[in-house]
This record gives sequence, structure tokens and C-alpha cells, in this order.
Amino acid sequence: MHELSVTEGLIKIIVDEAEKRNIRKISRINLVIGDLASIVDDSVQFYYDILSKGTAAEGAVLFFKRVAPAFACQQCHAVFEKKSYGYRCPECGGKSIILEKGQEFYIESIEVETDED
Amino acid sequence: MKIDVRRNILEANQELALQNREFFQKNKVLVVNIMAAPGAGKTSTILKTVDLLRKKLRFLVIEGDIASRIDAEKMESRGIPVVQINTGHMCHLDANMIKGALSKFTYGADNILFIENVGNLVCPAEFSLGEGLNIVISSVPEGHDKPYKYPGVYLKADAVILNKMDTLGSIDFEKDSFYEGIKALHADLPIFEVSCKTGEGFTEWGEWLLGKYRENFPQTML
Repeated sequence: MHELSVTEGLIKIIVDEAEKRNIRKISRINLVIGDLASIVDDSVQFYYDILSKGTAAEGAVLFFKRVAPAFACQQCHAVFEKKSYGYRCPECGGKSIILEKGQEFYIESIEVETDED
Repeated sequence: MKIDVRRNILEANQELALQNREFFQKNKVLVVNIMAAPGAGKTSTILKTVDLLRKKLRFLVIEGDIASRIDAEKMESRGIPVVQINTGHMCHLDANMIKGALSKFTYGADNILFIENVGNLVCPAEFSLGEGLNIVISSVPEGHDKPYKYPGVYLKADAVILNKMDTLGSIDFEKDSFYEGIKALHADLPIFEVSCKTGEGFTEWGEWLLGKYRENFPQTML
């Protein structure tokens, strides 16, 4: 629901990276997004296409590497993806878990066109 | 050519949240970010808490709503200093909005600032404001499945308030399932069962909150 403000932040970082490194054109942006981070990929792309116009990031492809939430059982330490309604460990039935992954929300890398390319 | 970046997409918000936090520490303000679904009882809980503790602490409120000043007017009618933020299209408050509101208050010796976030169990969980405590209010009529459907907001919580306990008998709410969902994510998370209507449970919540103030500002005379 907050894709607009997220995309504004994203473009600010990308433009900053481009200026810092003297990059004229960014062709691809690799994002890592946990499924518990509530954004919709298509919506970010939609805003991105509008907001990136006229910047070094214009026309870049956004690649979303999605990370499914995984939990670790505090009792038997099994790591599992939640498939059913509850949070109980599928291995031992343990009731206490730690979130291992699923909240990622970062720019992993950018791909650029250089004069040598 | 691939270049490693490794930057948090929300870094600008995180940076401002840190600045807000420093401001709050300096001015002896414990900031309590209240997150809940629309209608869970955020405003009523704040009003009850202020009634309970206003002899001991100075209360300030920031109201976050898509539109209207309805909640701000309720605060004003009780003499509570309040700043209304209307977010327009935005589904949450962010650190920049809070930063803009800071100078509109005067601060006393011991302050608690309640930030009533936009009614929403999704987006507010992702934007730090510079708060000291995150409180999630759930209410019995919403159902017991919320900790399973919205893990993000419960993972962020320092305590959960379960409101509208007076409706328990007439609503199909499996309390054990609600507790199991929260305890799975946070074994030690305090859960306060309250009713804004009857006032039950507020003494325990108020004592806990006062304790948190003292923990954050040990030099207080409270």
C-alpha cells in the first residue's frame, strides 16, 4: 500500500549510487524482498517507470528476489516454512519459533552499462 | 558490470527515525507507537491511559489519520496537547512526518508521547518513527487469527493490548489460539487484557507503562 514512498526512496538511493560512481545508465536493479515486507512488485515497477524518468535509472529493469519466510523452532532447531495456519514446528510440535528470514528489504546490486560494454 | 550496493530501501526513514529518537531522549519523552486495525480502540485506550496516569506524567499525542480531525478533537476536549497529521493517500506515518510535528509541542519533566498510527496492521510495522515502545492493540471482535495473518506487526511489538474483553462471551474468540500465535513469535511478550468500556485491566497496563518510563529515564523523580 506504500509503494509510492518506497519507490521514491529506492530511486533516491539509485541516483545517489550513480552519481557517486559516475554512472550514466543503470540497466538493472536487483532487489531482495522478504515476503513479510508488504509491497507489491508490479506496483513498485509502475511507480518506478514514472519516477525514474530523466534520471540515470530510467528504463532499468527491477528484479525482485523474493524470500519466503522461514522460522526456526526453538526446541529442536528445525527450520521450516510456514505452510499451515499455526506456528507449531512440523518436526517436533514446538510452540516457540524465531523468524529466520522473510523481512529482507534491500538493494543487493545494480547493473550498469559502461563505455567498455 | 554488476556493482554491490547492499543498502536498505528504507534507509532515509531509518536515519530520520534515529534523529527523532535522539531528540526524544534529550527531551525525556517516552514515545509509544500505537498500531492497530481501524476500530480496535486506539483512541479510547490512549484516553483511558491518560486519565489513569496524568497526575504522574505529561501526555502528548500525535494523531495519524488518512483524513479528519475526529480523534484530535477528542484529545483537545480533554486538554491533551495534540498534533493531527493527515496522511492523505499514505497508509502509515513515517519518521519525516513525526519530525515535522516535534516542534509543535512543549515538553515538561516527564513526557509520554502517544503516536496513534494510521489504522492498519500492515504498513505501520515497516516504518520506524523514533519510538521507544511499539504497542499493538488487538480487540476481541477482530478474531483470534490476527497474530497468524499479520506476523510483521506482532514481531515488532513490545507489548500487546487485547481490548474489548467485555465482549468475550458474545463473540467467537479463541483466546488460547490468540495467545499461542503471539507467544510463538515472542515467548515473553506481555499481553494486557483490557476493556475501555468497563476499565478492567488498565491498572496493570498503566503500571507496566510507568515502569517502562522509569526504565528509559532512570534519573526521573517518579
